Amino acid sequence: MNSDSNIGLFRSIALRVWQSDLISGVIVVLASLLLGAVLMVIYGSNPLIAYSALLKSAFGSVNNISETLIKACPLVLAGLGTAVAYRCKFWNIGSEGQIYVGAITATLVGTLPISLPFGLHIVLVMIAGFLGGGGLYALIPAFLKGRLKVNEVISTIMLNYIAINLVAYLVHGPMRDAESYLPISRRFVDAANLPVLISRTRFNLGLIIALLVAIAVYFLIWRTVVGYRIRAIGENIKAARVGGINPLRTLLWAGLISGGLSGLAGSIEIAGIQHRLIEHFSPGYGYLAIAVALVGNLRPLGIVVSAILFGALLSGSNAMQTAADVPATIIYVIEGMIIMIISARLLFRRAG
Amino acid sequence: MSEFLTYNFISGFLASLLRVGTPILIVALGEMVAERSGVLNLGIEGIMLAGSFTGFYLGFISGNPWVGVAGAIMVGGALGLLVALLSVKWRANQIVTGIGLWIFCLGLVGFVNRKAFGIISVPPSIPGLTADPIPFLCNIPMIGKIFFSQNILFYFSWLLVIAIYYMLKYTSWGLNLKAVGENPAVAEAAGINYGMVRYISVAFGGAMAGLGGAILSLYVFHFFTDQITTGMGFIAVAVVFFGRWRPFGVLLGSFVFATASALQFRLQAMNFPLPYQIILMLPYVTTLLILIIFVRRKTGGPASLGMAYKKGK
Repeated sequence: MNSDSNIGLFRSIALRVWQSDLISGVIVVLASLLLGAVLMVIYGSNPLIAYSALLKSAFGSVNNISETLIKACPLVLAGLGTAVAYRCKFWNIGSEGQIYVGAITATLVGTLPISLPFGLHIVLVMIAGFLGGGGLYALIPAFLKGRLKVNEVISTIMLNYIAINLVAYLVHGPMRDAESYLPISRRFVDAANLPVLISRTRFNLGLIIALLVAIAVYFLIWRTVVGYRIRAIGENIKAARVGGINPLRTLLWAGLISGGLSGLAGSIEIAGIQHRLIEHFSPGYGYLAIAVALVGNLRPLGIVVSAILFGALLSGSNAMQTAADVPATIIYVIEGMIIMIISARLLFRRAG
Repeated sequence: MSEFLTYNFISGFLASLLRVGTPILIVALGEMVAERSGVLNLGIEGIMLAGSFTGFYLGFISGNPWVGVAGAIMVGGALGLLVALLSVKWRANQIVTGIGLWIFCLGLVGFVNRKAFGIISVPPSIPGLTADPIPFLCNIPMIGKIFFSQNILFYFSWLLVIAIYYMLKYTSWGLNLKAVGENPAVAEAAGINYGMVRYISVAFGGAMAGLGGAILSLYVFHFFTDQITTGMGFIAVAVVFFGRWRPFGVLLGSFVFATASALQFRLQAMNFPLPYQIILMLPYVTTLLILIIFVRRKTGGPASLGMAYKKGK
């Protein structure tokens, strides 16, 4: 992989796309969209009208593209988080809950009425989201798995329901803005909000942060000791243990990073879009992240591409509902099919 | 708080506990059979939701809840076969497949539900399955009201515990099932058709998840919403772990978890002075704590659970 310095950047990227198995991921997505179309016909809607409304609403104007990218942003981060966990065979289904807890800790910091040097408040909000979603929340299932052999699928799903209800409780109770009639927290102070980069859209610094994080995760997985250990444990825990890798410690690292990235997704969603904590702010980003990570074949570049694809689906689904009377829940049907098809593929077959 | 200890509260609470426990018990028993054959089916949350909708919808349009029950069992069985196909034939990762099926069902049920009932603020309600009091026994004070005034499916669920216990312990089919779950290679060498055993077990588990879902909408709530299960299928998976893959353990576990759910409904209904959202967390917190306390290192689960097996390996 180091010998590609003499070929052009474009070829290098093309090579990476090929290696990341993205092509087969895209084929799976297309097949699922086709099955979705069959469903629409049965339902009595015109899939051509539906999908063209989806495309137009996802990419039709600068504002539409920006809305798609805004939705892709948490998917990139949560998808990366999910991928880090799955590389270690830590079956973290808890991204959704980690997003919510990251949003709580980010809001606690973001609403603090303090004045800090330029940009520092934003950095603190991001760190709070990372440590809240990762440090606090994902370490629970990681520790329970590593130490007590508690199945992480069940524990992370339970923690999702707990976190979603916790946010609802907080915005109705202790964190509620006393001056509002709605169950919402106080607004972020201006210096803690992510700046908008394209005027008259909601496109903000969040996606840039997400892309930088994707590069960082690439180095983490393929170029650092922690990344090596995470992969080694995931590929063969017995061999890794013989090789002197501590499974529990590696699992905790994977949990911290994985949950932290989801927590970061939550803090960016709040600091960039909502500007205050509200109930049910995530349209299932954490669950979509599973499909994003799998379509991206657990590789950062693939995850970025598949996150944009799912961002488009998410942002176009409402237009589809209006134009062709196709219920927006169809994106979950498509997502579920994608996950099932990919789970049967060779990579996971080998991984067992 | 004196309301708590009245006669009516206690008998009402226990009766509702058993009512809520019935779908959990049936779903968990089905999942236990699937897991004993080596297949971890996390999709039962989705299958339960699909069964819940099918049961309610068919019961609603036909006016006969048993049509709904039959339909839910069939839909559940078919989805179970899909899981078996993915995990046995294509040796898919069972965790990922299960989550995929769950999300698939979530979307599909939302989709079909909107077609069936349109956009409505209050879901329609039907009598559904009602009580079938057992003559004489239902007149016993307190116990009669709690145990012997339930629907026939409640009695069926307890018989199912005994039937599965007997099947696992005394029949050759049960021995084959356990052999496949422990070590498919050895089972295959002994001439057992391991694929067939898994197909049947997982389809049975799916059918029971469908049935449990139908009981939820037709007997526990008498209405259907997209959020009717909210994790109850996953809780059933936890019940199987808690019950250590044994029928009577699963029976006990179901009612431990049902206690948390029934308490949640009761506390909501009586305006208990705890925030509503905290009360909603009760079943999930209970599940998590029970997993931590009771599911320790030596779980006693089937050795091949969750692992795909390649024929002739």
